[in-house]
Amino acid sequence: MCGNNIQGASIKMFLIKNLISLITLLFSYNVANAGWLDLNMPEGVTDLSQEVFGLHMLILWICVVIGVIVFGAMFWSILMHRKSKGVKPATFHESTKLEFLWTIVPFVILIGMAVPATKTLIKMYDHSDSEIHIKITGYQWLWEYEYLNTDVSFYSKLSTPYNEIYNKETKNVNYLQEVDKQLVLPINKKIRFLLTSNDVLHAWWVPDLALKKDAIPGFINEMSVVINEPGIYRGRCAELCGRHHGFMPIVIKAVEEKEYEEWLANANKAKTADVAKINK
Amino acid sequence: MSSVVKDAHHDEHPSGIMRWITTTNHKDIGTLYLWFAMIMFFIGGLMALVIRSELFQPGLQFVDPQFFNSMTTMHALVMIFGVVMPAFTGLANWMIPIMIGGPDMALPRMNNWSFWIMPFAFSMLLSTLWMDGGAPAGGWTLYPPLSLQTGDAFPFLIFAIHFMGLSSIMGAINIVATILNMRAPGMTLMKMPLFVWTWLITAFLLIAVMPVLAGGVTMLLTDKFFGTSFFNAAGGGDPVMFQHIFWFFGHPEVYILILPSFGVVSAIIPTFARKPLFGYSSMVYATASIAFLSFIVWAHHMFTVGMPLAGEVFFMFATMLIAVPTGVKVFNWVTTMWKGAMTFETPMLFAIGFIVMFTIGGFSGLMLAITPADFQYHDTYFVVAHFHYVLVPGSIFAIMAACYFWLPKWTGNMYPETLGKIHFWLSTFFVNLTFFPMHFVGLAGMPRRIPDYSLQFADYNMIASIGAFGFGFAQLIFLYIIIKTIKGGSKATDQVWEGAEGLEWTLSSPPPYHSFNTPPVIK
Repeated sequence: MCGNNIQGASIKMFLIKNLISLITLLFSYNVANAGWLDLNMPEGVTDLSQEVFGLHMLILWICVVIGVIVFGAMFWSILMHRKSKGVKPATFHESTKLEFLWTIVPFVILIGMAVPATKTLIKMYDHSDSEIHIKITGYQWLWEYEYLNTDVSFYSKLSTPYNEIYNKETKNVNYLQEVDKQLVLPINKKIRFLLTSNDVLHAWWVPDLALKKDAIPGFINEMSVVINEPGIYRGRCAELCGRHHGFMPIVIKAVEEKEYEEWLANANKAKTADVAKINK
Repeated sequence: MSSVVKDAHHDEHPSGIMRWITTTNHKDIGTLYLWFAMIMFFIGGLMALVIRSELFQPGLQFVDPQFFNSMTTMHALVMIFGVVMPAFTGLANWMIPIMIGGPDMALPRMNNWSFWIMPFAFSMLLSTLWMDGGAPAGGWTLYPPLSLQTGDAFPFLIFAIHFMGLSSIMGAINIVATILNMRAPGMTLMKMPLFVWTWLITAFLLIAVMPVLAGGVTMLLTDKFFGTSFFNAAGGGDPVMFQHIFWFFGHPEVYILILPSFGVVSAIIPTFARKPLFGYSSMVYATASIAFLSFIVWAHHMFTVGMPLAGEVFFMFATMLIAVPTGVKVFNWVTTMWKGAMTFETPMLFAIGFIVMFTIGGFSGLMLAITPADFQYHDTYFVVAHFHYVLVPGSIFAIMAACYFWLPKWTGNMYPETLGKIHFWLSTFFVNLTFFPMHFVGLAGMPRRIPDYSLQFADYNMIASIGAFGFGFAQLIFLYIIIKTIKGGSKATDQVWEGAEGLEWTLSSPPPYHSFNTPPVIK
């Protein structure tokens, strides 16, 4: 009897621990907004990334509710229906009605999730009316950006010094998420990315834009985005691509349209000058 | 050899090492499989600890990134093919003939061969750690073109996979043949214990998909050495086709790793609830539905490769559907517990731990099914958290539950109960400490398979690493308990557990070397 009481206590502990985990997970939403700790998916800075975030939170909450009901019933049973309490086991072992019920109800819930998810997905696949086209090529281990219909193109690679990676210097705040040349993009314009690779698979991922797609040698993938707010957005290669897979970050600098035009003109000029120099 | 038939000496077998090398006895072979899995569990665990050591802090401290990638790759291959699959095959070997009232497996010599391939396959795989260019480092998924950059290890890797596949297929054929032919009279299919049912379905999955993997890796081999271009776009091939082939194998494979767990848990919960399993037939149908669905959801592993919209939508819907039969199973287990008279010996604790944490893994799986959200989750630590929740407190906990449940039957001795409970609580605490924070870092943007990370992920990685070491050391208790129980302990009764039902509990503990030479009577 005594042993069972101790066990009851440990099961309660277990229940409490799981509850705390759940609560932490739920609070993380507010916490992330406060910029205190990054515990949740970023809401991002595009209409679609916010929709994705909404879907993420919707399904998370549905899972939490189902979890509370199922685990609640289970722990109630664990606490109440134990031999040490002198209960006699029931003998029921079948109910077509129940089986039918818990097949249909989840099915209906799933439809409730599938509808908004499909709507968002359809929007994500709409690349029409893009105004700016940028080709991204993955290399082991850096990215190349080409602004199509202009002369501007450059490579963008990790700028964190090796001494920081090998712990000889203090790591700066943007450790492993800084590059030598940022991808400059305008806000409020639809930008289409064409994605490919020169060697192995890579994946171009910027969480704040909710964009992730594989870069595949010999194939061109497509995605598009409208950024709502200026700022610096950092991302990473997400598909294992060899030894330095963890060391090929992405940094986007999103600016007002006017600033972008100026940047592009300057970059064009610099490029033309470079080309002239080489040809000389 | 000798044509002398010694009826009176059925138990006669060579002693020492030759007993194990030449054995065709299902109990011996089951034991071999289980010990093999145990050894591999510690080898794969050491690899995990190398990974967690390097990830304890940002920066590169202990290993080269290339070796780190080898560790993630080898850890996965060892744990999947060397631990979970052989452990379940071992349980199948030990229990299926007994549970159906048969004398042995249907094909005992092939049984011996299936097992003895495994040590060779894994010696070959592990030997690649010392080869030029290092062990395979392209991920266990072997995606080309990266996997084709593997050095000398490459053909050994492919050959090892072929061997493992051969072993699994033979094992699966044996299980199907045994279940369909060796049942005692009166043991109809719908009277079989669920462990037998789930293994029957698993065996069909194995026979269906292992050849697909073999085909895929052979195409990799010819791409590398014989100038073909199956997966090389420059030669007219398609790197994404490999992913389709791989996951057509890979998704049923993940159910191969979990379905027998369902069988184990369906045996343990009713025993300790002292109440029959709720919804036996719906459990069988749910298992079959999961198996069927496993063939039409593979591309949810590849939502970011750039499939057309229709493909994404189809695979999203099909994947979400899996929640229905899986939910039925969980509801049935909970209802089995409902109004039972439960006690909480170690096997029951592991089974309950399984249900709770497998369900958490199921929830994150459902989240991953939502394609637009998956674009954010894909290839992050959120995925790592998801599949470790279904594999460690899922499959591994079920295997441990099975070991505690049947160990008294196998050895004739009871294991030390308090130590078993300590093992459970330590494992549960540390497994959550390891894997729960991975959800957070994944959502916050940490990709998987990286040896170093930016500073915002530091805290949770440190917690996960501490958890991993705790979990690893807790498993030494498991090893100690098993050795101690084999060596001695209080004698187990034939029934072992008060609420135990089924043919295995009618045999003595330990059972005779050959059991059910005359079929038992099935009520």
